[in-house]
Amino acid sequence: MTPILVAERLGRVLAGEVPVTLVRDIDLEVGRGEFLAIMGPSGSGKSSLLYLLGLLDTPTSGRILLDGQDTSGYGEDQLAATRLRKLGFVFQFHFLLAEFTVLDNVLLPMRRLGKLDEGAARKRAEDLLEQLGLREHARKHPHQLSGGQRQRVAIVRALANDPLIILADEPTGNLDTHASANVQQILHDLTRQLGTTVIAVTHDVTFANAADRRIGIVDGQIDPEWRA
Amino acid sequence: MSLQLSIAVTQLISRRRPTLVSLGGIALGVAFFLAVSSLMRGSERDFIKRLIDNSPHITVSDEYRKARKQPAIEEWPDGAVEVRRVKPLTEVRGIRGHAQKLAFIETLPGLRAAPVLLGSVVLTFAGRNEGVTLNGIVPAKMKGVSTIEEKLTQGSLEALATNPNGLVIGEGLANKFGLSMGSVVNAASPGGEVRTLKVVGIFRTGNASYDENQTFALLKRAQGLLDRANRVNRFTIQLDDPYAARAVAAVIERQIGYKAVSWQESTEDLMSVLLVRNLIMYSVVSAILVVASFGIYNTISTIVMEKIHDIAILKSMGFHARDIRRIFLAEGVILGALGSLFGVSLGMGLMWLLAQVEIKPPGASDIVHLPIYWGWEQYLLAVGFALASAVGAAYLPARKAGQVQPVAILRGLA
Ligand SMILES: Nc1ncnc2c1ncn2[C@@H]1O[C@H](COP(=O)(O)OP(=O)(O)OP(=O)(O)O)[C@@H](O)[C@H]1O
Ligand SMILES: [Mg+2]
Repeated sequence: MTPILVAERLGRVLAGEVPVTLVRDIDLEVGRGEFLAIMGPSGSGKSSLLYLLGLLDTPTSGRILLDGQDTSGYGEDQLAATRLRKLGFVFQFHFLLAEFTVLDNVLLPMRRLGKLDEGAARKRAEDLLEQLGLREHARKHPHQLSGGQRQRVAIVRALANDPLIILADEPTGNLDTHASANVQQILHDLTRQLGTTVIAVTHDVTFANAADRRIGIVDGQIDPEWRA
Repeated sequence: MSLQLSIAVTQLISRRRPTLVSLGGIALGVAFFLAVSSLMRGSERDFIKRLIDNSPHITVSDEYRKARKQPAIEEWPDGAVEVRRVKPLTEVRGIRGHAQKLAFIETLPGLRAAPVLLGSVVLTFAGRNEGVTLNGIVPAKMKGVSTIEEKLTQGSLEALATNPNGLVIGEGLANKFGLSMGSVVNAASPGGEVRTLKVVGIFRTGNASYDENQTFALLKRAQGLLDRANRVNRFTIQLDDPYAARAVAAVIERQIGYKAVSWQESTEDLMSVLLVRNLIMYSVVSAILVVASFGIYNTISTIVMEKIHDIAILKSMGFHARDIRRIFLAEGVILGALGSLFGVSLGMGLMWLLAQVEIKPPGASDIVHLPIYWGWEQYLLAVGFALASAVGAAYLPARKAGQVQPVAILRGLA
């Protein structure tokens, strides 16, 4: 089976008086339904790599194939359209829109994509919230939820358009052990039940051990020797 | 409601105070725009109304707009022919075939026309001489085209019909000469004819020069006195719709050949002054709206700065730059439209208040209300301008929001 995501000799240099290399020579293949954990010391370039893989940032060298398609020639709009359709993001800080209810936050990407009509979108959003145990919180605003609940809402929102890949940057970094185990379980179940690919940056060894595979990033490069 | 619009509304509601302040700015701007515009336009229309009421809408005179070409030039327009020292044929002045021409004019709808013979005479009374303008009129027709009848303080125009030697004069002349009703004056024409006329009416228009210089007599009498038997040198025309004067004048001139001057043409200098006045007024009141739009710029810029994380998350989610731009442009439109709505209501209130103001112009005997113009086009102008400045003010922050790079924001937080 072809990998869902392929990175070839990926590099990202920040231009400036003193150019900064964030990431260099990354070769990576991620299989369909795989749960991949990215680890490494602070400042080693994990987030930078995740932004590149998530088409949020454009590499200065190398290329990314997503679902068999070369994304290197994509313009801004095409990148945005691809993110909307095929990718979902979960960040360390929940990043929900404060003025919208939980349900409306989940509906945002669906409404933007417009594939489902309003009724079907609502149904799907409510089903997803139900699955992650958030049914009774649908009408609440983000500030009325706990950190773990918010992170679960963020996961539901990332899942809204049924993406191929979920990219998570320290999704449990801000949570206590219990909430963190919960989020870890959910991401794990996703890969098993829905076949969604999960790529997660983490410092959490328990979390990483639940993944199918772990890679270590040191100084912007994959380090095969790296152990947490 | 579209997604972008609902996000825009939510953001505005969450920033209540700056939203209300910028709404207030636009509302006041629109209201002030309307109040000033209605007052200026109202006084302008009042002025024009006086102008129209007191002067003929169209005057046809026994002149041509262009000097007649030499017959030789008409015959050979391309030829190098010129006959020098040719003078136009001396014609007996007056409108030729005036009866048919007047009949034609009267077939046009919505107007009344009166024939006039205008000439200069010298009045003599108690040893004093005074040159005045004599209007030979047909009283029944004159009533349809002039307000002179209403301006009579003594006597009547009909008295001219019953008294062929009657003369109607202005109050200024009467005072100067010490004339009163029934006084008899001698009138002498440049041709040497002399008639004795009796004052049968005195009018007062309030225009001093008119009251001293204009006199009215029966057309037949004037024709005899000026030795212009059966001639008329002017048609005075009044229209039901004064603003059609320019078009009707053109029709008349094309048909009968003589120069027909509309009131608009004869007051072009005044009209251009009014135009300049309006331009100045509208630039000033529009400037107020431009200033008010800074409030909108400020509000939307603040929202963009405060919501930069939301913008980053929306973009990472897959919103396009133009989706983001639309959100903030929509905020501009909402502020502009709501502000205009409040502004129009407030403005109409102000206009109503202004219309209640009573003034007594110097010299006038009766109290008048401030003239207020209620025409719809000024609302359109105010709202259009408010919306345009609101969208203009939203444009820069909206563009900035569209350019936000999500990674730059995410890095700052991670
Ligand atoms: N705008 C920037 N200018 C200069 N250097 C930067 C910039 N952004 C990131 N860096 C540097 O790039 C390197 C990689 O940063 P990145 O955020 O990818 O690391 P990370 O592995 O995610 O770290 P952490 O575990 O602390 O989140 C860091 O050393 C950081 O200091
Ligand atoms: Mg990081």
